[in-house]
Amino acid sequence: MRHEIRFSGFGGQGIILAAVILGRAAALYNGKYAVQTQVYGPEARGGASMSSVVIDDEPILYPEVSVPDTYVIMSREGFERYGAKAPKEAVMLIDPDMVEGRPECTFHEIPATSEARNTLGKVIVANIVMLGALVAATGIVSEDAIEKAVLDSVPKGTEKLNMSALRRGMELVREKKG
Amino acid sequence: MQGNTACAEGALAAGCRFFAGYPITPSTEVAEHMAVKLPKTKGVFIQMEDEIASIAAVIGASWTGARAMTATSGPGFSLMMENIGYAAMTETPCVIVNIQRGGPSTGQPTLGAQGDMLQCRFGSHGDYSIIALSPASVQEMFELTVKAFNLSERYRVPTFLMGDEIIGHMRERLTIPDSVEVIGRKKLDPGTMPFKAGGDDIPGFPVFGEGYGVHVTGLTHDERGYPATTNPKAHEKLVMRLVRKVESARKEIADYRVTSPDAEQVFVSYGAPTRTVHQVLHDRPKEEIGHLQLRVVWPFPEFALSEFPEAKSFLVPEMNLGQMAREMERHTDVPVIPIPKLGGELHTPDELVRALEGSR
Amino acid sequence: MSFRDWYRIDRLPTIYCVGCGNGTVINCTLHAVDTLGWKWEETVFVSGIGCSSRAPGYIKTDSLHTTHGRALAFATGIKLARPDLHVVVFTGDGDLAAIGGNHFIHSCRRNVDMTVICMNNWIYGMTGGQGSPTTPRGAITTTTPYGSGEGVFDLSALAVVAGANHVARWTSYHVKELTRAIQTGLETPGFSLIEVLTQCPTAYGRRNKLRDVAETVEYLKDHAILLQKYNRLVQEGKPVPEDMFTVGEFIRRNRPAMGVPP
Repeated sequence: MRHEIRFSGFGGQGIILAAVILGRAAALYNGKYAVQTQVYGPEARGGASMSSVVIDDEPILYPEVSVPDTYVIMSREGFERYGAKAPKEAVMLIDPDMVEGRPECTFHEIPATSEARNTLGKVIVANIVMLGALVAATGIVSEDAIEKAVLDSVPKGTEKLNMSALRRGMELVREKKG
Repeated sequence: MQGNTACAEGALAAGCRFFAGYPITPSTEVAEHMAVKLPKTKGVFIQMEDEIASIAAVIGASWTGARAMTATSGPGFSLMMENIGYAAMTETPCVIVNIQRGGPSTGQPTLGAQGDMLQCRFGSHGDYSIIALSPASVQEMFELTVKAFNLSERYRVPTFLMGDEIIGHMRERLTIPDSVEVIGRKKLDPGTMPFKAGGDDIPGFPVFGEGYGVHVTGLTHDERGYPATTNPKAHEKLVMRLVRKVESARKEIADYRVTSPDAEQVFVSYGAPTRTVHQVLHDRPKEEIGHLQLRVVWPFPEFALSEFPEAKSFLVPEMNLGQMAREMERHTDVPVIPIPKLGGELHTPDELVRALEGSR
Repeated sequence: MSFRDWYRIDRLPTIYCVGCGNGTVINCTLHAVDTLGWKWEETVFVSGIGCSSRAPGYIKTDSLHTTHGRALAFATGIKLARPDLHVVVFTGDGDLAAIGGNHFIHSCRRNVDMTVICMNNWIYGMTGGQGSPTTPRGAITTTTPYGSGEGVFDLSALAVVAGANHVARWTSYHVKELTRAIQTGLETPGFSLIEVLTQCPTAYGRRNKLRDVAETVEYLKDHAILLQKYNRLVQEGKPVPEDMFTVGEFIRRNRPAMGVPP
């Protein structure tokens, strides 16, 4: 089954890294096929950032996302540009502190940025909080796979912080599900 | 792994031990990966002051026998043109990676295109031939970079890996083989004139520092390598050989994939649009749709078109205004239908389906 | 061996005009490499485009005659790939300072281990006498028919501030000093520039009252002022005539260099 996941936010949030980690989890630790692509502007920080992952059980031919079934939205501009038009069947994770609008599809409010800043003490891991929430909400890759992929991808010395962020994201979803 | 990183890994697997380059989006990751890896393998990485110097340093290094490469995009590729002609004229093996972006001029640095397909073939002044390959996946970024080195060494000709931003920045799984086939350049037999070729039109290579005492010049030269600029016969003989050594080996160099040879409608693609064609074929299993994927684009393998004897139309999706479609028109009476796309985004499957239906 | 043994005899005579100073510079260079006992098999001469750049074609070592202005970039590739080879570049004022200016300063900055011999004749000789970045103010060339109005690059000063390990300037009159300076350059690890002011009777002299070769060499001799003397005059507050130029060794130092053989 082909899944198309779109991440959007602004430069510096780790939007591209989040997609890379998800693709890695699927391709290297879940035995699936994955392609990660991105759209970025000239800015290294700020500016709109969009990244996509296609995950499939079969080899992926067309690499671009056409109609995503899953969204992770971390900025207002990202919501307006990509999230607002999401089809009703899609699932969306939104950072409510960054995005005012709400889509017509199923959505989860994940306050990743404030959790990262206040609970974890480093705003930079907001993207990892989101990844944890994404996996808990959709099961798109296994928890074991995403953990391994996060550990592969983050700088040495930050493994503990990132693992806490990942688990915090998962908890946020479970708490809501109750 | 990212396409650009896979390209660098392919170069290393092929024995590349010299890289000179200048930062430019969207090719920079190739240089960055080489900067990390080459020093660990006793290779040389150097960031030069511009792209002109980069290709110059690569050519210089190649004359010491090193497998050498540079990578660039857009404006940087334009800057390299004069020295690419020098490499063609002096028969210097070298690999030039072009991760194409939207042009002309500075254009779209962060988006993909295939607008340099004719520039890589004809961009330097005068008549000459080159070899160009075009990868459509991260795996092909690796494989075709290895192949580019082998072809460049074998034919003593600048060889281009004509990628694009989409494949260069895409990440997907790469399988690196334990070893790859590496073909080295043939050395010059001592006592033979340095630019005298045998039946294959490829002279042996006199490596600098090995006592050949060879003079290498971009001027028209005779078989000794001495300038013969006002000798019309010498010039004709040299240029004809430079072209012939590549063009007469078209079949040997060719690398393409044929799907459904009995089809009446045939997509012809290279690079990123190949992926969309694959999707269309996959989505419409009951229809007989042909596909020719060119992995080697130059020298153009016109004989590949006759693999489709029933063809009634060739549909050519390109991220340019029909550069290779124009080349195809020279070689076939079958209608060639360009499917141009500008703007930086890949053709969608729907767009190709519409073109397919429109051509019936 | 003598310096004569370095010539590629079957390529002689050269294309240089009668009275050209380039032959003198090549002789001095070959004398220096021969004195050092370098082997021709381990030496590579590199050049760009222009009269100066034809020099490697007359020398029997491996040689790379490249594109206009880019010789230093090609030479950088050779030297970094094979640090054990000796790399010597012949260039001219147009090749080095105009079209190749960027490569010039960056090669000095990197301090790549090579010796660059610049035949500075203030003009583009091969293309028939156009103004260059070293054409003196007021001089007549085909592109400055009313006298050059542009400023002049001091190539040696440029090399010093850009980071070269060794920089010297002499003229085609000073063959002994020039040969010694080249020898020092060849021996100094890092980038060495030897600037040689030399006569071009055909393209420059003819238009600028220096038609006679002997007179031109005399002019070079008379207008050259030793660096030490110049410094003394300046120190003493005495005037230095404006049309004089300094000769001598401007710098010899041991900054970190690239491409030095291990």
